[in-house]
Amino acid sequence: MDRNQSHRQVATMKQSLFDQGYLDHEQFNQLEELQDDANPNFVEEVVTLYYRDSARLVHSIEQALEKSPIDFNKLDSYMHQFRGSSSSIGAKKVKAECSLFREYCRAGNGEGCMRTFQQVKKEYAALRKKLETFFQLARQAGPVDRARRPK
Amino acid sequence: MNPSNGRGVVSSVSSRVSRKSSETVPDQFPVGLRVMVVDDDPTCLMILEKMLRTCKYEVKRCSRAEEALSILRGNSNGYDVVISDVHMPDMDGFKLLEQVGLEMDLPVIMMSADDSKSVVMKGVTHGACDYLIKPVRIEALKNIWQHVVRKRKNEWKEVEQQSGSADDGQPKQSEDGDYSSSVNEGSWRNSKRRKDDDEDGEDRDDTSTLKKPRVVWSVELHQQFVGAVNQLGIDKAVPKKILELMNVPGLTRENVASHLQKYRLYLRRLSGVSQHQNNLGSPFMNPQDPGYGPLSTLNGIDLQTLAATGQLPAQSLATLQAAGLGRAAVAPKSRIPIPVVDQRNLFSFENPKLTFGDTQQQPQHLNNGGKQINLLHGIPTNMEPKQLVNLHHQGNSIPAVQSVHNGSYQPQSRVQQPMGNYNPVSHSSAMINFPLSSSAELRSNIYPLPNNPAKGGFPEDVTSEMKGSTPGFVPSYDIFNELNHQQKVHDWELQNVGLTFNATQQANNSIDVVGTSIVASPHQAFPSSNQGSGLPRNASVVHANNNTNAISMGQHHMSNNNFYHENNPVRVKLETPLFPEQFGQDDLMSALLKQQQGGIVPAENDFDFDGYSIDNIPV
Repeated sequence: MDRNQSHRQVATMKQSLFDQGYLDHEQFNQLEELQDDANPNFVEEVVTLYYRDSARLVHSIEQALEKSPIDFNKLDSYMHQFRGSSSSIGAKKVKAECSLFREYCRAGNGEGCMRTFQQVKKEYAALRKKLETFFQLARQAGPVDRARRPK
Repeated sequence: MNPSNGRGVVSSVSSRVSRKSSETVPDQFPVGLRVMVVDDDPTCLMILEKMLRTCKYEVKRCSRAEEALSILRGNSNGYDVVISDVHMPDMDGFKLLEQVGLEMDLPVIMMSADDSKSVVMKGVTHGACDYLIKPVRIEALKNIWQHVVRKRKNEWKEVEQQSGSADDGQPKQSEDGDYSSSVNEGSWRNSKRRKDDDEDGEDRDDTSTLKKPRVVWSVELHQQFVGAVNQLGIDKAVPKKILELMNVPGLTRENVASHLQKYRLYLRRLSGVSQHQNNLGSPFMNPQDPGYGPLSTLNGIDLQTLAATGQLPAQSLATLQAAGLGRAAVAPKSRIPIPVVDQRNLFSFENPKLTFGDTQQQPQHLNNGGKQINLLHGIPTNMEPKQLVNLHHQGNSIPAVQSVHNGSYQPQSRVQQPMGNYNPVSHSSAMINFPLSSSAELRSNIYPLPNNPAKGGFPEDVTSEMKGSTPGFVPSYDIFNELNHQQKVHDWELQNVGLTFNATQQANNSIDVVGTSIVASPHQAFPSSNQGSGLPRNASVVHANNNTNAISMGQHHMSNNNFYHENNPVRVKLETPLFPEQFGQDDLMSALLKQQQGGIVPAENDFDFDGYSIDNIPV
């Protein structure tokens, strides 16, 4: 059935996102479990909110990196927020890069920070694309049929 | 989602009503638990809210701590538990934690992506009942109701113990009944619970179902409380007697008991800080009560001061200031309508300063037995204003005394700024600081007024008063002093030292002389770090102002460096560790004075500490 097929597709894609380390399966599953009839697109809404809100953080970090001398404390603070946000949606790779960034930050290594930040942005953008595809599939497949553990 | 839980808006009224009437909900607990969640990250907030709703709780979300505080203040019994993020832009989560704990006595759960031991420890020392690591799992949220139940049971038990020890158990019943009118329905119920077995069960259930209405410890109320405690003496302050002294209709012994407990913790924290610092200042500290030690001084003195002043609402401070300024013997005047705002600021923890001393430096200080310190800290706003008031209240007799002390301190306070020595009062943060620093500051603050000849005019009055009344140390300030003492014994020391300095310092700058540090160290937390610095309490006072003026006065504050000005950079630390946290006092004083005088003497520094400070202080 088409429906089944689409659902399977969704499931497969999700699994691959987990396997490739883009998403943390535990956290992502938690979000999915929160989805219910009242909020059928909860996960998508959260992710959308994340990308919208974190955009300004990314921007702030970029600006802070351009300053001279670099204010590492501020950077660390921004990155702490960004990392927290990313981890709440299960963005695994993004979170890992953020942690690395913070290490460079604490060491006062501006170069390292800039390099790592490029990586952060790369992962951030890559994940966004994947999730967009994923949500498209999910919407096509229909609201039902999300594997949910009993609450 | 359970539609009945309502989204977003906590229909506390209706739920409360239904709860109150009882007991229809008990078995559904924890369904309907009213949670306030605060986080600046919208993604996290959205997820948390959804999770909490899934747990069938009623949720109110806030992205700013200030917003959360005003909601909580406006609806004292509307929430059962607060969950807050640690890192927030407008206010530190720990500050919010302290304020909520003191003012509303609600369990607060902290959360953060930061799981480092130091941060978690900070949560513990600030009184968080739990600490969640982000990303938060729904399983972790499912059990938060336990903190609500635990807190209630503890309070209930505490009340019981209090009543038992205070021998006011029996009579309470009727009293409680009388009081149950508006303020403490829950409390009433609790006390009643004690009495009746039948009710006990029910009440307990009620408690667990979060029915207990809470008493909001406003600044005024807190001042009254501190006054009563001071009057009785910290050792003898039992809820029943405090309640009697306070004479607030609707207030139950349970309310007082639980508040007293917090206050003690707060003092302990302060004294802990001050103790370190107070090494020097011990003499000061206990002019009145050697027994206390750092704490006692504060408590005793402060209490007395407070007691003298009665309730020291923020306004009292103003009064004090006024008193200090010119009225010296002024009795708690009518509470000068000092901009409540200020006072509030001071106390209201607005300033994350709560950490008076803790945060910054010495968390341990605070914890050190300084009960007194705790008083200051713990008592969120209430304390501070009161203390300040006391201090200021020269009129009250103690204040006068203080002035004497303050003389020593005063330098600080005076220095602080025209505000009125009590800068601490001036800023809200001061208040908070108070607890920690407040004690120290208080002392100084109180004095500042009177002593601050430099300040502004009252010095003359003040001094006279102070001298007379203070046993040497101006007990009135007790609060401050005690704080100072306790917390920072050093502070005192410094203060005195500072005082002398102050004299020279004249106006803010003078303090700088002292330790330079005073001014800035808002955070310096009391820890008597001043010890050597002898920074004038002013610093602390300054601190108080720190938030508001303190910093400007900073210099003045320097004297009170001990006071931690949250706002002020830890300058105090440098030299006059005294004020770091304390600035509250100075600030308050300054603030107060300022208010009253309208800018009294910026150059207070001159206090003439010379005379007082050293001599008077029974160092």
